[in-house]
Amino acid sequence: MQITLQNFTKTFDDVTVIEDMNLTVKDGEMLALLGPSGCGKSTTLFAICGIHRVNGGKILFGDRDVSDLPSQKRNVGVVFQSYALYPHMNAYENIAFPLKVRKDKPADIKRQVHEIAKLTHIEELLERKPGQLSGGQQQRVALARALVRKPDILLLDEPLANLDAKLRLEMRAEIRRIQLETGITAILVTHDQVEAMSMCDRIALMHDGKIVQLDKPSEMYNNPANKFVADFLGNPPITFLDAKHQGDLLVLPNGHEIKNPKLAASIQSLQVGIRPECFGPQFGTGIKGVVKFIEKQGREELFDIELTDGSQLRSIQPSGADLSIGDDVDWGLSLDDLLLFDLQGERL
Amino acid sequence: MSHNFRHWPIIVILSIVSLPLIIMFAFQIIDTFTTHPIDSMIPDRITFEQFSFLWDEAETGRANIWKVTLNTFIFATTTAVVVCSVSMTTAYALSRLNFPFRRFFLGGLIILHAFPTVTLIIAIFLILQIIGLYDTLLGVIMVKAALELPFGIWIMKGFYDNVPWEIEMAGVQDGASRFTVWWKLVLPQVQPGIFALMIFSFLSGWSEFLLPQVLAPGNDAQVLSTYLTALIADDTKIDFALFKAVGMFYAIPVIAIYLIFQNKLMNIYGGGTKG
Ligand SMILES: Nc1ncnc2c1ncn2[C@@H]1O[C@H](COP(=O)(O)OP(=O)(O)OP(=O)(O)O)[C@@H](O)[C@H]1O
Ligand SMILES: [Mg+2]
Repeated sequence: MQITLQNFTKTFDDVTVIEDMNLTVKDGEMLALLGPSGCGKSTTLFAICGIHRVNGGKILFGDRDVSDLPSQKRNVGVVFQSYALYPHMNAYENIAFPLKVRKDKPADIKRQVHEIAKLTHIEELLERKPGQLSGGQQQRVALARALVRKPDILLLDEPLANLDAKLRLEMRAEIRRIQLETGITAILVTHDQVEAMSMCDRIALMHDGKIVQLDKPSEMYNNPANKFVADFLGNPPITFLDAKHQGDLLVLPNGHEIKNPKLAASIQSLQVGIRPECFGPQFGTGIKGVVKFIEKQGREELFDIELTDGSQLRSIQPSGADLSIGDDVDWGLSLDDLLLFDLQGERL
Repeated sequence: MSHNFRHWPIIVILSIVSLPLIIMFAFQIIDTFTTHPIDSMIPDRITFEQFSFLWDEAETGRANIWKVTLNTFIFATTTAVVVCSVSMTTAYALSRLNFPFRRFFLGGLIILHAFPTVTLIIAIFLILQIIGLYDTLLGVIMVKAALELPFGIWIMKGFYDNVPWEIEMAGVQDGASRFTVWWKLVLPQVQPGIFALMIFSFLSGWSEFLLPQVLAPGNDAQVLSTYLTALIADDTKIDFALFKAVGMFYAIPVIAIYLIFQNKLMNIYGGGTKG
């Protein structure tokens, strides 16, 4: 079911956390709400499921205005960051709870719980209490409980934050599989860009209560709307250099000149964003510097290079480069992939 | 081995310090089941005579022991039930609901909890007389429950505060009403608290002396603690053997409750919401 936020505004006492937010989540889509801590992701999510009241604007499910409906009547499934399983009930009772509240017939409840348990691969765990389940298993139970009523919408608040790295990888794929199999419209809140990029159809990147860009993951990475987006996406992160625009040359702080930058003549000063994968020996030469730090990541190695003028660039390369700290390098840039921003941080 | 060695000085010191207590308890028990010659402390004969008050006809002017025990039981149980049910609901409201003057109520609760209630006794006495509940069990129960409430509510609020918000949010999302959420999801999490409060307010009611003494001095509403003082109040013929036996009888339920529930009581803080 399509979700629409129209001029959604949320204030706590006199602090406005979200102002005039507009967002449409398409039917059957999985959308990521991505952003740094405290930017209002959870607040948005809680407004959609009805825990928070909106202070302005509307929330529509399909064509239906639900802004004033209580949570119980919205038919939204939510998975909380802490899973919020009911500790005194076993997995079966947890999953059956929404159906019992709805007063389904016992036989129906049994059938539906087993169906959803099969989908989430927890059939053998139904007798266990939450305390006897691992993090990943609790997560599956929480997911099953959120889905068992066949909700119109599934909301996930940082569902993977409490899992270890390997489980996170596994559950990422699992959640996406279940979402695709059920075809449910889902919103995933996360501050982990990898999660957002790998699990979702589109990403809404939030900053200070506003959506700064709404795009497909690859578009957002390759075509960030502003410096904040470029900085937020990408790991290891992008580095920025101050540059001057002189004639039809772009001059970097170390004196390196880039021809034909296709910029309006009025722009004098700007910033160049260089992702680590766009700087290295494979792009020729011209930028001299000293290796300041090497971080070995197994398959890849990350280099911090200090240029002759003191500014820093980062480079990521396949392992095996025979370099150590203090070595001089002379590398080049992938000119097509440079991202240019004005001094206010807007993309040029 | 060396592990135990390091502990023995502590054990010895603790034993010496607690010796007077142990002797007191031992003496109380031995003394009620034995007789000894007037000039000696060493028992010479085992007897159950001193417990004859349990089956003999009560002396004139003195209440029947079983009637008094029943009174005490009713007093303690009713107090416990009232305290628990009111604390259960009030504490939830104070912990979770947003209503006007919430801070005022919270503050008031702490003050009432710390307030020396003895100072109120004359006012309470007058009020009970006016509304006609003076010298009735109901009157004392109401007063006792009211005075226990601040403590009960405060304890229960602590338990509610430890229940994660998410559990309630999840319940509401699952379609349950606020009441169902409280009854089916939150209450089971604070069950250890309710249990502890039940036991403690029962025991507090069981051992209450001042309120029944002042507010219900007559024979009809007498409880064991006042019965016990009545025994030695009459100083023409103090029967210490009887006094000790009744004291023993009075203490047995308390000891029994602690023995039966000690594991559960000790686990209360560990067992909280782990399920
Ligand atoms: N109940 C509340 N009362 C007052 N302020 C609140 C309340 N809930 C959230 N806020 C504020 O609103 C802002 C957004 O909070 P929110 O929980 O939505 O952040 P978030 O994006 O989910 O962050 P995180 O990634 O840390 O969970 C924060 O500055 C927070 O302090
Ligand atoms: Mg959050």
